Amino acid sequence: MAQQNSDIKYLTPIAVDVKKKKYCRFKKAGIKFIDYKDADFLMKFINEQGKILPRRITGTSTKYQKKVAQAIKRARHISLLPYVADLLK
Amino acid sequence: MLNQYETVFILTPVLSEDQMKETVKKYQDFLRQNGAEIVHEEKWGMRKLAYPIQKKSTGFYHLYEYRAEGDSIAKIELALKRDERVMRFLTVKLDKHAIAYNEKKRAKAKETETREEN
Repeated sequence: MAQQNSDIKYLTPIAVDVKKKKYCRFKKAGIKFIDYKDADFLMKFINEQGKILPRRITGTSTKYQKKVAQAIKRARHISLLPYVADLLK
Repeated sequence: MLNQYETVFILTPVLSEDQMKETVKKYQDFLRQNGAEIVHEEKWGMRKLAYPIQKKSTGFYHLYEYRAEGDSIAKIELALKRDERVMRFLTVKLDKHAIAYNEKKRAKAKETETREEN
């Protein structure tokens, strides 16, 4: 009897949260240049405090993360983005 | 070798309209004097700054895209640095992707412009 129950248990798939694979949006969309003047776009790569989001969260490849970081830093210099902020989003 | 550069500068908002125009014109002439060939110019106008600079919360933005000799950049930057009407400036050397991006952006802007006219 106990044997039967255990068999039934495995007939329905075990709930494993399927992780959505992250991808680099620049590679996928074929974007070669990241504009530092486009503050709205760069907003996607910073958190509420104005910090640059890490690659492990955005999924950006190393090559483009460097460019994103550079663009954000340039945007900060010409005051399009803040260096420090609170409740940015 | 000629490279393509892009300079954004922010003027103080205390200047009058005429003074702004004069300053912008001055840099246009200055660039030409230094053998730069101006490719594109963009007036962003008065904008709110993300953080205060010299206790000002707004600034007058202007952008120049030009082809110039690498040696002339130092001169241009020095002039911007010495000018107290300029609060901030940024000069960036454009690589081939950046040039392509800018050209595409301009073509797009032009297209929408003509479409609006029709």
